[in-house]
Amino acid sequence: MNIDSILDALFPRGHAVTVADQVIAGEATTAAGTVTVLGTTDAAAIDHRIALTLARRVIDTAELHPGRPIVFLVDTSGQALSRQQELLGLNGSLAHLAQCVDAARRRGHPILSLVTANAVSGGFLSFGLMADRVYALADAQVRVMDLKAMARVTKIDHERLVALAASSPIFAPGADNYQRMGAIEAIWDRPDAARLDSALAELAAAPRGEDRRMALGWERGGRSLAAATAAAVMAAPPAA
Amino acid sequence: MNALLSRRRSYFEATARARVAGLLDPGSFAEFLPPAESAPSPHLANLDLPGAFDDGVVVGGGRLAGAPVLVAAQEGQFMGGAVGEIHGAKIVGLLRRAVREKPAAVLLLVDSGGVRLHEANAGLIAISEIMRAVLDARAAGVPVLALVGGSCGAFGGMGIVTRLCSGVVMSEEGRLSLSGPEVIETVAGVEEFDSRDRALVWRVTGGKHRYLTGDCADLVEDDIAAFRQGATDFLAKWREPAPDLTRLRADQVRLETRLTRFARHRDGLDVWAELGIPRPEEVPLLDRDTLVALKEGLPA
Amino acid sequence: METLEFIFDSDPALHPAQPAALCGVVGSGNLEILVQPGEDAGLCTVRVKTSARGFGTTWQAVLGAFAATHAAGGTRIDINDMGATPAVVTLRLGQALSEYHQGGAR
Repeated sequence: MNIDSILDALFPRGHAVTVADQVIAGEATTAAGTVTVLGTTDAAAIDHRIALTLARRVIDTAELHPGRPIVFLVDTSGQALSRQQELLGLNGSLAHLAQCVDAARRRGHPILSLVTANAVSGGFLSFGLMADRVYALADAQVRVMDLKAMARVTKIDHERLVALAASSPIFAPGADNYQRMGAIEAIWDRPDAARLDSALAELAAAPRGEDRRMALGWERGGRSLAAATAAAVMAAPPAA
Repeated sequence: MNALLSRRRSYFEATARARVAGLLDPGSFAEFLPPAESAPSPHLANLDLPGAFDDGVVVGGGRLAGAPVLVAAQEGQFMGGAVGEIHGAKIVGLLRRAVREKPAAVLLLVDSGGVRLHEANAGLIAISEIMRAVLDARAAGVPVLALVGGSCGAFGGMGIVTRLCSGVVMSEEGRLSLSGPEVIETVAGVEEFDSRDRALVWRVTGGKHRYLTGDCADLVEDDIAAFRQGATDFLAKWREPAPDLTRLRADQVRLETRLTRFARHRDGLDVWAELGIPRPEEVPLLDRDTLVALKEGLPA
Repeated sequence: METLEFIFDSDPALHPAQPAALCGVVGSGNLEILVQPGEDAGLCTVRVKTSARGFGTTWQAVLGAFAATHAAGGTRIDINDMGATPAVVTLRLGQALSEYHQGGAR
């Protein structure tokens, strides 16, 4: 589905969202009222320009529209791979974007992400994964790296990785794996306003300060070690 | 002076455990989940790899110049310091403990290429959880200080985590960035980034460059005692600010201005020249104190 | 990965200065060794997890020589190995046992 169709499907009540140079920005009407809509399209490689554009819009929302929900539409192939981007510290711009999203959350803005196509690595970390809840469309590609590249880098047989991926969600690409591991709330077979409105309503009613992904990963059986390990570190002697 | 030099212990060469032992007040460190009470990652075992008892990160509490601190030290020699399920959860648990205990600081000894591919999804989610946990600790008033000076540097998601910290102390040997030069070269070609040109790699991602551009707070010698001093000095001057939109807006302006000012440049040399350094080609040769004095004398 | 288990007779170790001693890191060509109290004062039990398969006889020889020449009885030793040479293994075993006895920095 192209981004305009997705926007129309999510916001039939109307929207003023522009898509330019792979950046999505604007606002839309939902059952919960006006929401800020931000994100990327075209499997954008996140660079300083994109990260800082999104960060600016998040700060604007926090300053001008206290408490307004923010909806991120995510379609990124990861971070931009370029010497110039590294020279000026792309990690820092991504960190700044993440910090802006986090600040908005702390100020009471409910934040939701929808992966519309691709969600990869650093690009996903910088804004999509900073949301209170993340959803993904059924054909979304959520991953760190594809298995062939992973086989080359780890020097593990591609066939071995494919076989293991069948029984473990721990490394293979797939939104369903991320759901089992607690990072994605649900997978939608198509974008539609009813689903979005329902998700926003749930989010508004839920406590939003705490990062519950570890507990969810344990409940859903996708991450059996993380929650217990973190708890053990918290409880380890010497006591505070 | 000679006695001091003969006692210098390279932070770069040291194991994570040796760094922690040398950084903190002698005998003050107590490890959480010590090796005798831990098992290696079953995910690595599934991929036929032996793993490590501490899964490549040492976490615990101790004292730094008398002040209580929590510490996480990544072992760069194990799987490139990369973050897997257990490794990541130990760091998250430590940061959540900091919110409860309110130590004087959390010290993150970062030495990592980022996500451990063998546990890719767990690693990515863990790094996202670390990002949130760092910001939670800071919002609770606990400074989180990153130290970067190991062989893996701070790359990938850990490069993002590092820049979420209250500050960064680096050595010249340290590197702080996002994508590794090898990856950039593989995808974009050797002209874009020759990953075997070590001098270039350090001019783009190394401690001196990050120090001159303000991405790290202090530059220290490659010596565990120098990192200890750098950490102590930083924390003595630092008051953790409450999360604040005004500061984020100021950061936004600063980052946008910097992007506009330096957008054309491809090499640290060009950036340093633009910053007003008279003979930028000499920067790699300058000792730490000379470079710090040089930076302090630059126009704002 | 191969997991190997051995039991050797060995002269009883001195009373441990600490309940567990760890030495080394699991880097390429390296290994980590964890020494803890074992059940039988005259035996040294060793479990090795190694990335290199097929070296059972070499491990037997190296560990056996170590147990014969050191007071390692009453210890339980766990090893995570990423292809260390016999020389490195022997060196680390000595360091680990020494630390188990005395404590102190590596």
